[in-house]
Amino acid sequence: MAMAEGHKSNAGRYVMVYICILAIACLQFVIAYSNITASQMFARMLFLAVVEAALALLFFMHLSDNHGLLWFVVVFTVFVLLAMQYGWTDSFRELLGAPWSSYSKS
Amino acid sequence: MSHADTMGGHAGVMEKPAFSVPAKKMAMWLFIIADTATFAGCLVAYGFLRNATPDWPRPFHSITNVVLMTFILVTSSLTMLLAIDAAKAGEKAKALQWTMITAGAGVLFALLHIREWLGLIGEGMTLLKNPWGTGLFGAAFFSITGLHLLHVTGGVIALVAVGIRYKGGRYNADDLEITGLYWHFVDLVWMFVVPLVYLLNLSH
Repeated sequence: MAMAEGHKSNAGRYVMVYICILAIACLQFVIAYSNITASQMFARMLFLAVVEAALALLFFMHLSDNHGLLWFVVVFTVFVLLAMQYGWTDSFRELLGAPWSSYSKS
Repeated sequence: MSHADTMGGHAGVMEKPAFSVPAKKMAMWLFIIADTATFAGCLVAYGFLRNATPDWPRPFHSITNVVLMTFILVTSSLTMLLAIDAAKAGEKAKALQWTMITAGAGVLFALLHIREWLGLIGEGMTLLKNPWGTGLFGAAFFSITGLHLLHVTGGVIALVAVGIRYKGGRYNADDLEITGLYWHFVDLVWMFVVPLVYLLNLSH
């Protein structure tokens, strides 16, 4: 195999990133049992999940080695993810009431 | 000898691959982007329902199972990387061994997932009703975790198939790396499913 010659192992780097991801996952579990509001919990957990995902994308999926592909993936994915957020205000309307909410009538 | 000479006069019609990524790998990246939209759609819909429903159930008493499942899946990503590393170093037997360990971890994850499902079903949870609150919870929970479980199952099948063909010499380290991309994606999705679907629904 042509690649076998001069191939440098990245095992050390992978193990470091693996430990970081596990540590962040542990933090999420700690937050789950902390005495904070649901919205604070949601924000903290989502932030940590994004950090975990970024580590996996950059080092496990090797996007840090290809900046062109990194931008391609990030721009398209973030655009789609942001475009999906338009409906949140409606979920608050459903919960909080006015106008036209079934809960506000009771 | 120039590149044009080696292409036998057809160099003019050969385009450089996009982002210097081989076509098969690019196809996997496009699939991953599309699948991200699928999972994001499910999770946003789940978030909408959870936010808009006052009697959303919190049925999870313990995080032991989900901690174990997370540990297994993240560890399987590491073993997949070790398989690719060994394949690139030309250590075929070691690469196959790590690939099969990764597939084994996937099977273990799926079994723990099914055990958890059976526990919830045993407590009276179905797609349309549950004893704790809105019936929407069952539909949302089984849809998201089921879609993820389907991806894990597909990943295990892919790992075994690619591993066997790699052993037989039909596939090479690049093919193993492309399968690895999919496996890391499955792990990445789980990083969002755990906090949103499990940890925010713990009964304190």
